[in-house]
Amino acid sequence: MAKKKTIRTIPQERTPMREQEARARAKNFEEVACGYDVDEALREAERCLLCPDQPCVAGCPVGIDIPGFIRKIGEKNTRGAYDVIAETNLLAAVCGRVCPQETQCEEVCTVGESLEAVAIGRLERFVGDAAIREGWVNVPHIEPNGFRIGIVGSGPAGMACAADMAKAGCEVTVFEAFHQPGGVLKYGIPDFRLPNEVVDAEIENLRKIGVRFECNTLVGRLFTIEQMVDELGFHAVFIGTGAGYPSMLGVPGDSLNGVLSANELLTRCNLMRARDADFDTPIPLGKRVAVIGAGNTAMDAMRVCLRLGAEKVYCVYRRSRDECPARAEEVHHAEQEGIEFHWLTAPVAILDDGKGGVRGMRCIRMELGAPDDSGRRRPVPVAGSEFDFECDQVVYAIGTNANPIIGQTSRLKLDKRGYIATDEDLATSMPGVFAGGDIVTGAATVIEAMGAGRKAARGMKAYLGLRDPARAAAGETLFGIDPGEHNFVRLRAAA
Amino acid sequence: MEPAGLSRFEIVSREDFSDVTYLLEVRHPLMAKAARPGQFVIVMAHEHGERIPLTIADFDRARGTVTLVIQAVGKTTREMQQSCKVGSTLHAMVGPMGIPSPISGAKKVVCVGGGLGVAPIFPQARGFKENGAYVIGVLGFRTKSLVFWEDKFRSCCDELILCTDDGSAGLKGLVTEGIRRAIEKHSDIDEVVAIGPPVMMKGCAEATRAHKIKTLVSLNPIMVDGTGMCGGCRVKIGDQVKFACVDGPDFDGHQVDFDDLMTRLRRYTQVERAAAERWSANCRMKDLADPAAPAVELLELPDPFDDVKGG
Repeated sequence: MAKKKTIRTIPQERTPMREQEARARAKNFEEVACGYDVDEALREAERCLLCPDQPCVAGCPVGIDIPGFIRKIGEKNTRGAYDVIAETNLLAAVCGRVCPQETQCEEVCTVGESLEAVAIGRLERFVGDAAIREGWVNVPHIEPNGFRIGIVGSGPAGMACAADMAKAGCEVTVFEAFHQPGGVLKYGIPDFRLPNEVVDAEIENLRKIGVRFECNTLVGRLFTIEQMVDELGFHAVFIGTGAGYPSMLGVPGDSLNGVLSANELLTRCNLMRARDADFDTPIPLGKRVAVIGAGNTAMDAMRVCLRLGAEKVYCVYRRSRDECPARAEEVHHAEQEGIEFHWLTAPVAILDDGKGGVRGMRCIRMELGAPDDSGRRRPVPVAGSEFDFECDQVVYAIGTNANPIIGQTSRLKLDKRGYIATDEDLATSMPGVFAGGDIVTGAATVIEAMGAGRKAARGMKAYLGLRDPARAAAGETLFGIDPGEHNFVRLRAAA
Repeated sequence: MEPAGLSRFEIVSREDFSDVTYLLEVRHPLMAKAARPGQFVIVMAHEHGERIPLTIADFDRARGTVTLVIQAVGKTTREMQQSCKVGSTLHAMVGPMGIPSPISGAKKVVCVGGGLGVAPIFPQARGFKENGAYVIGVLGFRTKSLVFWEDKFRSCCDELILCTDDGSAGLKGLVTEGIRRAIEKHSDIDEVVAIGPPVMMKGCAEATRAHKIKTLVSLNPIMVDGTGMCGGCRVKIGDQVKFACVDGPDFDGHQVDFDDLMTRLRRYTQVERAAAERWSANCRMKDLADPAAPAVELLELPDPFDDVKGG
């Protein structure tokens, strides 16, 4: 038996991931982080103590058996590692890339108490990429149960819910308003963070377990949620339509032609491929671009502008770096690529170039006052500190409001802000209709949306009277055996 | 009912009204059932195409079709003019989008359509007629050869005022002249609904403002998704900012900031013009290679304000 690992015997330093050099990558849309090779993954897997407490599992919104898959990597059994992840998460390649692991599994990692936490996200991506490369997909043994599930929105919440309901034996149809499935993973997150081919591969896996995708379908307008239940024969419905509806600053000059939302910029670039000469959608190309906001979407927008050829890209944020909501890694990447940060700065007007375009912004300096509702120190304008800032394009990445379509077209109860009201199990005011993700919570992360999709799936199964294999974990059953587990058939996709 | 495989977006009929204006009837039974006057769709001609918003000009629930009337003004709409044959399919068509027009219980209404706006005003005129209103149609075209659907309107309007810029059909003048005459003759007009180029809708709103007649206009800004997500279609209505795709497309004409709308419509004029010119040049190249092919005329690009709902 191998000697027990201790904090002293494992590799002390986290295994670095190779990245494209900053100056080179700022000119292309190839992925920034290149991923681990087998040796790097083995070395990093060695750093996991396989501690009995498994705080990381509790830290994961979807409860992946993290020590379980890392152990398999350590045994050089990547396929086995994929089997472990696939039990809870069909989207390893996506989550390994875009989850904020530093505030989830890695934040509570035991190793992280004394050294740098195990790079769980990078290991997950290693496994997910191997699965895509090798064509692995675990198609569970599915016993059809006759229930039909309709899912509105094909983003991370809808995909996660679809996967769980299909595995439970339901006939699942996912409706998407765009012409391609994937939601924010496709239109929002740029290729250099999450290539669209990776999303397509994960969607293909969902198709293999029987999920149907119906694009070009605007639920609410083509048919309503009520019609899905009453006329189209869906026994349960999940709404995961996302937040959408970008906020504008509400300052003079908002409607100038050089001002656009990050959503618009990203959609034109990522989904509509406007950067590619073979595609017809136009995209505005600024030379000096100011992006307002400092969340992950803002970072994406800035880095997209650089790659589209902007000479200068500025991040303008009214709070300081400590309060900035983006992942530290994203801020770091943006900085490396040459984004210029202007903390404690807020625009008070966008200035007209006389032709309907932008010639700059009037900004004001801010200082931090007492903490506000979010617990962060409130930015307060410094009187008399206005100054002009030269730029020819302004991108708003200051958050989104609730998309109004479902509210306009159904009797579902909404909360004060217009988001869909749900109970703890994500059930809405309409029997059999569940909702989750940004349309319930307001803008959040991909993995939180996926967690919500899975939680709603649990609620749906209970509503339909289906036994939920996830609920009867092996430890809780009489003989420690869960017949629902390990019943998948391994398939290898035809090359 | 089978909800899946909703539509292949097959073009079941086509009609050419002029060199630049054409009608496509697309099979989509569920959309034909759901569509209401005032709503629009977003269409992609092919996989690499752009998403263009087009107002629904008509829908036939029995035939299961939705009708679009398109003006060939940009690269996409001119390409579609060549490629959209009966039996072919669109890459995508999503809708119906937007809040349906509130066909009110008004007793006497004027339905104004200018240029391409003539098509989408039709379901509104028909809707008002079905509601028992006295409907006055005012249709504006540049010249006689561009006139279409006159019969269709006669069937649902109690009065029809046809206007052409050059006087070659109906009265000579703009639709605002038609509105002026209607107001002169009828002192009890409850409502005016106007669809057309922004500059025309602005004129209509001005023509009715002094008479305090409720005036609804259908706005046509540039948009990407049509579901409220991109904010490209934001318009100024009074002191508020609204998204035409989900908060409209119909708004109170007396509140709309048309100058802002017209400026925003120019966002991509240069790029679009360049794309259209490149495309035309390409077509001519192909013609040179194949002498049997009919020559493609490089059409003079109309003013972008003539462009109704994308293009």
